[in-house]
Amino acid sequence: MTGPAPAPPAVPKSASALRLIGTLGGFGALAGLLIVAAFTATQPRIRANKAAALAAAIGEVLGAPDRYDTLYVSGDALSRDLPTGQTAETAEAVYLGWRDSLPIGYAVVASGSGFQDNIKLLIGYDPATSRLIGMTVLESKETPGLGDKIYKDTTFGAQFSQVTAPLVGVKTGQGTGRPNELVMITGATISSRAVIKAINTTLERVGPLLLAHQKELPQ
Amino acid sequence: MSPARKPPPSQELIKGIWRENPVLVQLLGLCPALAVTNSVANSLAMSAAVLFVLLGSSLLVSMVKRIVPGDVRISTYILIIATFVTIADMVLEATVPLVHKELGAFVALIVVNCIILGRQEAFASKNSVGRSLLDAIGMSIGFTLTLTLMGAVREVLGNGTFLGHPVFGPSYEPWVIMILPPGGFLTLGCILLVFSWLKRRGEARAKTTPAVAGTVVREAA
Amino acid sequence: MGDLIWILVSAAVVNNFTLAMFLGLCPFLGVSGKVDTALRMGAANIFVMVLTALAVWVLNTFILPFAPYLRIIAFIIVIASLVQIVEMAIKKLSPALFRALGIYLPLITTNCAILGLAIFSTNRGYGLLEGLFFAVGGGIGLTIALVLMASMRETLELADVPDFSKNMGLVLILAGALSLAFMGFAGLFSSAA
Repeated sequence: MTGPAPAPPAVPKSASALRLIGTLGGFGALAGLLIVAAFTATQPRIRANKAAALAAAIGEVLGAPDRYDTLYVSGDALSRDLPTGQTAETAEAVYLGWRDSLPIGYAVVASGSGFQDNIKLLIGYDPATSRLIGMTVLESKETPGLGDKIYKDTTFGAQFSQVTAPLVGVKTGQGTGRPNELVMITGATISSRAVIKAINTTLERVGPLLLAHQKELPQ
Repeated sequence: MSPARKPPPSQELIKGIWRENPVLVQLLGLCPALAVTNSVANSLAMSAAVLFVLLGSSLLVSMVKRIVPGDVRISTYILIIATFVTIADMVLEATVPLVHKELGAFVALIVVNCIILGRQEAFASKNSVGRSLLDAIGMSIGFTLTLTLMGAVREVLGNGTFLGHPVFGPSYEPWVIMILPPGGFLTLGCILLVFSWLKRRGEARAKTTPAVAGTVVREAA
Repeated sequence: MGDLIWILVSAAVVNNFTLAMFLGLCPFLGVSGKVDTALRMGAANIFVMVLTALAVWVLNTFILPFAPYLRIIAFIIVIASLVQIVEMAIKKLSPALFRALGIYLPLITTNCAILGLAIFSTNRGYGLLEGLFFAVGGGIGLTIALVLMASMRETLELADVPDFSKNMGLVLILAGALSLAFMGFAGLFSSAA
């Protein structure tokens, strides 16, 4: 006569599919909630930071404008509206600076591959005279101590308020005094050439659009 | 499951600093340890982010450990960690945009940092909220100390500055390689060698002296 | 096309994923002294990376513009699922390969190279083709680093070094030397004009 059947061994039951999905779904919802809350809290500040950084860069390359207009490259003209299918982040923008109600120049983003990785610059440009007004480096991963002189060497940077485009790079001491010559940094010729090439290619493409736009501005 | 087996709570805090240091002993989280330690400021910012994520995740995981079915626990942990990382990323971008730019993708990469997931799996899912919190703090302190040490060595030697302030005179020629990628590998390698040598010496010394009461119980993984 | 080749070569050697961008260090430092295993690991990674690049493009183009804050979560979920699917597929299609890869497959999920690829690709605004070339280049770079380190460690096993250094410290210093060597690739594509 057997006694009562022994209790079945305590095997951990694999949770039902419903419970699994429920757990994941619940945590997913919680995660979403937390992230959206953080997003709404931080977005205004992030946008303000980006706008301030951009304004500072534009101020630096255009010589302190009072304000600037954002224009987008749309086909082969500039327009105030975003080109179809693009957002504020993906569209190519140029910035028109004003001082005392007069236009003082355009700020254009130029990029190209440098020695180590891509370089991104902002240049101030006056299409009527083909003159550059200023240059600032937005992004660079060039070699510290060598290539990074493109933003650390003040003599190099100061040249950008006097040269005309298209630029021609010359080594120190080999300049002939022409207005489009840019003296490259000793020991960082490749990074310097990258800067020159980025500026030339961008202005070659965008320059005519800027010129056309400038002609239509009220003088 | 005798509670007497568990070491005292203070031990949970201290172990992360030296004996079970996440970077030097467990060799986890090496990607950020090498990538963002080219300056002390970056090291501190990354450590702050990791502290936030580790604390938050350990807290949450330990609170919900009973209601999470075993089959989906890893996915849940990753979800929780990813949430805190996203929040940390956004907060950093809003408060210190320049540092955030230097850290770049590595804040987001905290998600796959083995330290965080490792602590959830090995500790937070099996211990009380209080202990998990102490564990998280201890590990974070260990992480911070290691990264700051690396950041200090690399910045002082490679840039001549500490937190941006020049340390040597103007005639110091910075050892630029230290702030470049090879410098990261070399610095961590040397630190590990010194650490290992110290440990060997400590063990050799322990062998020659009689066993001291209170030698720490090795915590079961 | 030149741009795409630059992206691939840059990710493979000039800005090597492992030696310059510090991604994929777990397999890199944990790989045994077997070149064979390293090659297989690298191949598995390249495969997952290409699939990830594809998935990331789909996410970035169609889904994430509506919820950019869900980027990290979406990426990690997609990567984890991809690795799971790849693992199941390999198990079914080639049990021999599955046995050979063993533990390495699930580890690819926490491999920072895959998530790093997704994030870098997004930050740089790569489209579909650029993302794919980036993935292939990065994968090749990772494989090169893995194979080189594996072959160095084969020799390291027999080296006559002090006892206390027979650990990760020496491996990292070797990695530093390797990284230094790869720095020589900088300027590979710079224009002479």
